[in-house]
Amino acid sequence: MKFSVGRMTAVLRKELREYRRSPFIIGTMAVLPLVFLVEPLVIIFRIGPTVGAAAVDKAVGSTFLLLLIAPALLPAVIAAYSVVGEREQGTLEPLLTTPLRREELLLGKALGVVVPAVGMGYILFAVIQLCARLFASNALVVSALGQGPHIIAEVLFAPLLAGWSIWVGIGISARASDVRVAQQLGTLSSLPPLAVVALVSFDVFTPSVTLAVVFAVILLIADIVLFRIVSALFDRERLITGAGAQKAPAGGGDVIPPGAVRRIPRVGGSDDRRGHP
Amino acid sequence: MVGITRGEDPPAGGSPALVVDHLTKRFGERLAFEDVSFTVAPGEVFGFLGPNGAGKTTTVRALGTLIAPTSGSASVAGIPLTSNNGPEIRQRIAIMPENPGLYKRLTVAENLQLFAGLYGQRNPGPRIAEALESVNLTARARDLCGNLSKGLRQRVGLARALLNEPAVMFLDEPTSGLDPVAAHEVLDLINGLRQRGVTVFLTTHRLDEAERLCDRVAILNTTLRSVGRPDELRERLFSRSLVVETLAPLPAPDAIFGSTTGVESWRPEGPSSYVLTVDDPRNMAPHVTRALVSAGADVVSITESQHSLEDVYLQLIDDDPEAAAR
Ligand SMILES: Nc1ncnc2c1ncn2[C@@H]1O[C@H](COP(=O)(O)OP(=O)(O)OP(=O)(O)O)[C@@H](O)[C@H]1O
Ligand SMILES: [Mg+2]
Repeated sequence: MKFSVGRMTAVLRKELREYRRSPFIIGTMAVLPLVFLVEPLVIIFRIGPTVGAAAVDKAVGSTFLLLLIAPALLPAVIAAYSVVGEREQGTLEPLLTTPLRREELLLGKALGVVVPAVGMGYILFAVIQLCARLFASNALVVSALGQGPHIIAEVLFAPLLAGWSIWVGIGISARASDVRVAQQLGTLSSLPPLAVVALVSFDVFTPSVTLAVVFAVILLIADIVLFRIVSALFDRERLITGAGAQKAPAGGGDVIPPGAVRRIPRVGGSDDRRGHP
Repeated sequence: MVGITRGEDPPAGGSPALVVDHLTKRFGERLAFEDVSFTVAPGEVFGFLGPNGAGKTTTVRALGTLIAPTSGSASVAGIPLTSNNGPEIRQRIAIMPENPGLYKRLTVAENLQLFAGLYGQRNPGPRIAEALESVNLTARARDLCGNLSKGLRQRVGLARALLNEPAVMFLDEPTSGLDPVAAHEVLDLINGLRQRGVTVFLTTHRLDEAERLCDRVAILNTTLRSVGRPDELRERLFSRSLVVETLAPLPAPDAIFGSTTGVESWRPEGPSSYVLTVDDPRNMAPHVTRALVSAGADVVSITESQHSLEDVYLQLIDDDPEAAAR
């Protein structure tokens, strides 16, 4: 059986439905944009009419960085929940009993995160562009915001950074035995690529179209490699029987017969019982 | 203790729905089940009985391609059980796990839509409606699964398992935790599956339901202890006997029973009750009555002794797999 877009879409649709009814995700989606909208706007509006080009560039650069944090951070949190959350709810086992392939499941889940995260990033970007055009007192701000490299960076980096966070998040999620640990690790791991973006934003590298494209290609390759690694980490048997799984209560659960040798599942990422890496 | 019986032939007809051949699964050094072999015919309702920790769920997971067996081989719905055949096998079977695992934030219909999509159904509306109809849940289609009672969730799980019209359906303790009415409804639904010709692999430790529902049962306690029709198991395990009850204790039971031809042995059971081992209880009953009457005894009753599947089970499950050091 080959990869099926239909099965992937079924997963995607279910993810989006669940998000819509999840107070946690709705809350995050509502608060994050506010944080990441207010700060850039304050930066832009504080630029007075007499500020020179270099200073404007710097300020606008930090605005872009802020705009990219949202689509990098939000997916990390959601993706980290994705697999371990299903395990805790006991919904992963029924999913795995269907013909669903792991690539379909992973891509469906990833798209489910990319769509809201990148959608939100683009909307923030559009709102800031609009506000600058309407209200900015310094004409240099508008032209700095409209620079090719900046726009390319925003449009390309948002989904690519989201991709990084998602794969790292799902990878952690597929190995973690606890939702909270997964989310903390996931958030942390969304930071490294942002650091590189920060270097560009703060003019450590001069922003240029070439640089933006090169960096985008590197991110894209990283995303693909990560997808491969995460697919390989996704082990049906381990997910069903390993630590943190909603597993069949060994021997009915509560009564431990005297002298029983009981194997306590180890908490944490590595599980050597079956010789997985 | 009866030895492991194997190869009890399933009813004839068609190629088998399940063939399991010396299957073993270990988790590290812990043995979940060992050297299990049996065959299930298409359309059969096959009961898989065993105490807690016997390896029932693990067997279902192995046959459902969720975990890889350590050794042995099997074929499921006619497809050999190998890691490459996983998606094909999963397309042709349905598994209802011990916990139905529904998305609580989605409605009943939305849960089923997801699974219809996963089975590659383009226009799942009618199929979903039919599945809901067959579990009597049409009216609850728009309820969130988080708001359903345990019994209703179990029925949603069954509806979900019907979506792909599976050739083999694995039900892992479908009535556990249900009240008698809800359990009864689930059992009726399983009976309905039999009429549709679905092969049902039912794990349970409820012996009454296995006896009522299953064409054949297997008794597992890490290793397979026995396979056969419930009545067959009873006969194989227990010698046939008559239970005689008299008004007063017999002064010389040995003299009466010992001299009655056809009574192989006897033992007292209570003050004025006796169990006789005989070859043919039905034809021996009048014979024994006459002997007793002519000896002056007041006979209260003579009945053929009934052994339940429970007696069979208790006889076969004689050790505790969880406590056994492995
Ligand atoms: N992931 C696992 N790791 C180690 N041992 C396991 C694992 N899963 C099951 N076992 C062991 O395998 C044996 C069989 O377990 P299984 O869950 O299949 O039993 P069961 O017959 O379904 O029991 P129950 O009636 O309680 O559901 C048990 O001894 C159990 O402790
Ligand atoms: Mg079980």
